[in-house]
Amino acid sequence: MFPTLLFYFFAGTLIAAALGVILARNPVYSALLLVLCFFNSAVIWLLLDAEFLGIVLVLVYVGAVMVLFLFVVMMLDVNLEELRKGLASYWPLAVAVAGFVVFAMINVIMVKHLGGMSMRTAPPLAVNYSNTRELGTALFTQYSYPAQIAAVILLVASVAAIVLTLRRRTGGKPQDIAKQVAVRAKDRVRIVKMASEKRQ
Amino acid sequence: MHSLAQFDVSQFNAGLTYACPEIFLGLAACAILLLDLLMNDSQRRWIGTLAVVSLLLTALLVVVQPVTGKIVALGGLFELDRMAQVLKAVTLLTVAVVFVYSTDYLRRRAILKAEYYVLGLFATLGAMVLISAASLITLYLGLELMSLCLYAMVAFDRDSGIAAESGIKYFVLGSLASGTLLYGMSIIYGVTGNLELAAIANAVHHGLGDNIGLVFGIAFLIVGVGFKFGAVPFHMWIPDVYVGSPTCVTVFIGTASKLAAFALTMRLLPEALAGSQADWSQMLVVMAVLSMAIGNIVAIAQSNLKRMLAYSTISHVGYVLLGILSGTEQGYQASMFYMISYVLVSAGAFGMILLLARQGFEADKIVDFRGLNARSPWFAGMMAILMFSLAGLPPFIGFWAKLGVIQAVLGVNYTWLAVVAVLFSVVGAFFYLRIVKLMYFDEPTETTPIGGSALMRTVLSMNALLVFGLGVIPGVLLQLCQQALR
Repeated sequence: MFPTLLFYFFAGTLIAAALGVILARNPVYSALLLVLCFFNSAVIWLLLDAEFLGIVLVLVYVGAVMVLFLFVVMMLDVNLEELRKGLASYWPLAVAVAGFVVFAMINVIMVKHLGGMSMRTAPPLAVNYSNTRELGTALFTQYSYPAQIAAVILLVASVAAIVLTLRRRTGGKPQDIAKQVAVRAKDRVRIVKMASEKRQ
Repeated sequence: MHSLAQFDVSQFNAGLTYACPEIFLGLAACAILLLDLLMNDSQRRWIGTLAVVSLLLTALLVVVQPVTGKIVALGGLFELDRMAQVLKAVTLLTVAVVFVYSTDYLRRRAILKAEYYVLGLFATLGAMVLISAASLITLYLGLELMSLCLYAMVAFDRDSGIAAESGIKYFVLGSLASGTLLYGMSIIYGVTGNLELAAIANAVHHGLGDNIGLVFGIAFLIVGVGFKFGAVPFHMWIPDVYVGSPTCVTVFIGTASKLAAFALTMRLLPEALAGSQADWSQMLVVMAVLSMAIGNIVAIAQSNLKRMLAYSTISHVGYVLLGILSGTEQGYQASMFYMISYVLVSAGAFGMILLLARQGFEADKIVDFRGLNARSPWFAGMMAILMFSLAGLPPFIGFWAKLGVIQAVLGVNYTWLAVVAVLFSVVGAFFYLRIVKLMYFDEPTETTPIGGSALMRTVLSMNALLVFGLGVIPGVLLQLCQQALR
């Protein structure tokens, strides 16, 4: 009973926060509400006994991705008026299409019950069950092929990011530490011997 | 799903031999990426050759694999059947041809960088993973690997504003499509409790055929597939991306990625969801009719050849869907024949644009082909073969392709659909034949001789002659498709 209540509480907050993400006028609020979304889904994962996924979601998405995202949002000077300009002319069409899709979905679900969805609860887990270990075992045995493909995807992402953004500037003055260390006095200073002269 | 207790290391390792073309291609791409660091500018022109050689070697590895029936390996996530073998071989050869066409173009625009080939090779790897997928996981990962490479390749020419714009458009719409596809997959997983295609097919076959949750999931899958294929009403990105990206990337998207989209459709619909064929074939009927109509009619109004070919792609996708929606073995074979022949013709047509392009001149307007016969009778003839084939005139390959899919829909008593298909192919013939008319009956505005390296000219001529040859003896390719899907 109590877990069910918790679930509805966190699921409700999740949906409200998700709506907030798209409705908030200030992009910084949107980003912060997205953080709230991630926290709530992490809690739902915890309720499902998937602790590892819950913690990773918070660590990776909240801790790394969203922080970076907030930086970007705050640093970019986004002109919101410019972005909203098109909205006035497009919203009737958007509402019509969205309304139609929602109507069709409700219609389909109401006519026949959404049967067949697996509603049964999972069996309780053993006390010393570790889902981190279980996930690790799965990734490196059964799912090692997709794990390799995911690795290739990450490689491609970094190659693509570099090829799209790296520009080698000419005329830069980069430091070469090795050269600096190896420098000797005679490379820099020229000692000239000359006879002393009278002040003019 | 297999439980982990059943995992057998020796069996897994044995399965690796089936995936050896994929492994080889992945290693080759990494090796080329590293080699590029050690090369100076004059050595760098060999990168293209290396890429083509590694593609050809991979194709050789694919072809020599003995394939009987359906082999499932690597923990039930990888599958090798005749269809996978044929599609992989065709994809690899197509990409090799695309690379040969691209080199001159890239060099003339001073954007010849190893990353073009590396990303292309990884995209091909993604297509191969997708073609050989036996589970929704590998299907999705293969698709993402290919798409990510393509997004970057579209925006590859960094100093071109229009390329960046179309890159962003492609990326945003492609991510939306991936999201929709994933949502559909998650619903299918929720309903059937399985990620493996064979297990899903089994669950659907045993009493889930009329399940409303399943139909709901299928609808989302079809939206995703429609996006990746570029079928109406999910086609909006195609014209902009085709025009905006460098032509050497357009030809990649127009050929190799279409083969992958075909494999995606075949794996998802006829293989995993054969039990719900009545549901998805109705959705495909709508998409097919709209694609044929909008593709063929809007193409008439275009003055840009790349944009015209984009709409032509949309219309041809409509014809490919005809065969799939018929739900029969004959229909699938006809669709595969159509897809392969379209890729062959489309590679040639974009190859012609690449051949005529020069420094600062794209040759992507239809009027740029005016009087081509006076400049080069040989290549005007080649272009005429390609255009006749796209129009579906006998005895070119496009005719047999159209005939096949129309026979397939007639076989399942969709007479009206066959009539619509024929009518729109007549409409479509207009704009293909207009190019032939421009080439032969108009005065040339350009007098510069045709460029291109000897290799490119040879490969392009062979490509067009193959279109003609397979049109005269379509039996070879037809037999290949029949063996692939039986």
